[in-house]
Amino acid sequence: MSIIRAEEVSYEYEQIDENGEIAGTYKAIDHVNIEVEPGQFIAILGHNGSGKSTFAKHINALLLPSEGTVWVDQKDTKNPDTFWEVRKTAGMVFQNPDNQIIGTVVEEDVGFGPENLGVPTEEIWKRVEESLRSVGMLEYRNQSPNKLSGGQKQRVAIAGVVAMEPKCIVLDEPTAMLDPNGRKEVLEAVRDLQKRKNVTVILITHFMEEVIDADKVFVMDHGQVVMEGKPKEIFSQVDTLKHYRLDVPQVTLLAWELRKNGLDIPLGILREEELVEAICRLD
Amino acid sequence: MSIRLENIQYVYSQGTAYEKQALRDINLQINDGEFLGIIGHTGSGKSTLIQHLNGLTKATSGNIYFNDESIYQSGYNLKNLRNKVGLVFQYPEHQLFEETVLKDVCFGPKNQGLTEEECEKRAKEALELVGIAEELYIRSPFELSGGQKRRVAIAGVLAMEPDFLVLDEPTAGLDPRGRDEILDQIFYLHQRKELAVILVSHSMEDIAKYAGRIIVMNRGKVLYDDEPGKVFSHYKELEKVGLGAPQITYVMNELKGKGLPVQTDARTVEDAAKEIIKGLKRKS
Repeated sequence: MSIIRAEEVSYEYEQIDENGEIAGTYKAIDHVNIEVEPGQFIAILGHNGSGKSTFAKHINALLLPSEGTVWVDQKDTKNPDTFWEVRKTAGMVFQNPDNQIIGTVVEEDVGFGPENLGVPTEEIWKRVEESLRSVGMLEYRNQSPNKLSGGQKQRVAIAGVVAMEPKCIVLDEPTAMLDPNGRKEVLEAVRDLQKRKNVTVILITHFMEEVIDADKVFVMDHGQVVMEGKPKEIFSQVDTLKHYRLDVPQVTLLAWELRKNGLDIPLGILREEELVEAICRLD
Repeated sequence: MSIRLENIQYVYSQGTAYEKQALRDINLQINDGEFLGIIGHTGSGKSTLIQHLNGLTKATSGNIYFNDESIYQSGYNLKNLRNKVGLVFQYPEHQLFEETVLKDVCFGPKNQGLTEEECEKRAKEALELVGIAEELYIRSPFELSGGQKRRVAIAGVLAMEPDFLVLDEPTAGLDPRGRDEILDQIFYLHQRKELAVILVSHSMEDIAKYAGRIIVMNRGKVLYDDEPGKVFSHYKELEKVGLGAPQITYVMNELKGKGLPVQTDARTVEDAAKEIIKGLKRKS
C-alpha cells in the first residue's frame, strides 16, 4: 500500500494584474502521477521552476490540487476531516534553516512541533532527546540556534520534524545552503532515519550526487514528470538530463566522456570506485 | 591595484558570553585581474573575511591596504572603496526592491552620483553582460525566475563598475544549468574586462574549474593559499576540515594509486578524460 499517491494532479497559480484581477493562470504542475511506497528513498530532480516544490507542498496539504487527487497514507488531502492527520504524516524541511527555527534554545525548538500536537510533556522531552540524537545534535541541546553552523541548524530543523514522528519527510533542497560537510551530515542523518526508523524520504535537490542511493528518481520539467527510474537508468541519459537543465555526478560525466572517446566503459556509473574499476579492467 | 590584509584579527561580540574569534592572523594579498576562489566549511570565516574587503566589517586588529593605502586611516574614503570593491551577498535577489529591473540596477550608480543618463547606460551594459534580455528591463524584478533575479542582482553591483567583484555563493539554490550560466558569465567578465573575481563557494567542482588560485579557510585561519591542482592534492587534509576535492580528483588519485601513469591535477571532466586516455596509451 503506497504512502503517497498522486493521481493526475495539476495545480494552477492565478496571475493577478495591477488592478487585482485575474490576468491568467499558470499551470505549475500538470497531470502528475507519482506513487511512493512506505520506507522508500525517493528523489525529485528538476530545474528551477519545474514544479518540484509545488508538488512537494501537496504532500502535506500546504497546497491542494486544482485537479486530481493526492492521497497521503490513504487519506485524500482535500478532505478537511483528515487534514491534520495528513500534516502529521508528512513533515516538511525547507531550504533555509533560518526560516524554520523559532526557538531560542535548540531543545525548545525541537519540542515545538510535538507540543503543538498535544504530546504529553514527558513524552516531548523523550522525543526531543531522541530526535536530536538521531541527527547528531544532542550535545547542542542547550545552545542558541543562531550560533550554529548551517548544517547544524538544518539538522535541528530535521530533528524538529522527526520529533513529530511523521511517517514521511519531504525535504525541499535541504542542502542548498550548506558546505560539503554540512551536506554530508544532513544526507547521512536523513538516510539513517530512513534505514533505522523506516521513515519514507522524499528529497528534492539540485545536487546530483545526493540521489545516487535513491530507490527511485523522478525528473520534472514544465510541471510534468518526464523521467522516472532507478538512479542508474536516469543518469545513463546524460544528454536528456542536460536538455532538462540538469546534470549528472562528475564521475558519471567522466565515464560518459571516456565512453564517447571509444573506451569500453559501462553506462550509468555512479560511484568513484565503479569508474576506477572499469578503467583498470581496460588495460 | 591590490587589496592587502595584514595580521587581521576579528572577534565577534567581544566581552560577552558569545565572544568568538572569527579571523586569526590573516595575511594575504589579492591582485587585480585574479580569479580567486575561497573555500571553507560553514563558520570557517569566509563570509567574515570578504566583508572586510570593502570595509563593511572592521577588523579588531590588523590593517587592510587598498592600493597601498590603509582603509582604516582617519578620513579614508570608504564610499570610494565600496565602489571599487563590489560585494554580492548570498541570495542577493532578496535585496531587489525597485519597480522595474532597469531601475533596480540603476540604484547603485545613482548613489554614486552619476547622471540619470549615465546610470541607465551603465545599467543596460551590466544587464547585457549578465545576459538579461532587453524586453525584461521594464518588468518587475519579482516576476523573474530565480536565476534571472540573481543575475539582475549581480548586474546591480556590476553597474557600479567595481575593479574587484566579490561573490558569496552566487549559485546556491540554482539548478545545474543556471549555476553554469552564471559562473560562465562571471568568468567571461573576468577575462574580457579584466575584472578581479573573488568567489566564495561550497562547490569544489566549480572552484576547481574557474579559480586560478584558491584560499582554504579553517577556523578563521588561512590553511592553504595556492593554485587549484596543489590545493586539491591535499584532499585528505581538506576532508578533515569539512571539505573535500572534486570527484575527478579522487578518481585520478585512485587510478594513479593503481598504477595508471596519470597526472592528478585535472580541473575539468574533459581534462580528466584526456589524461586518462593518455595514461592508458602510455601504459600499453
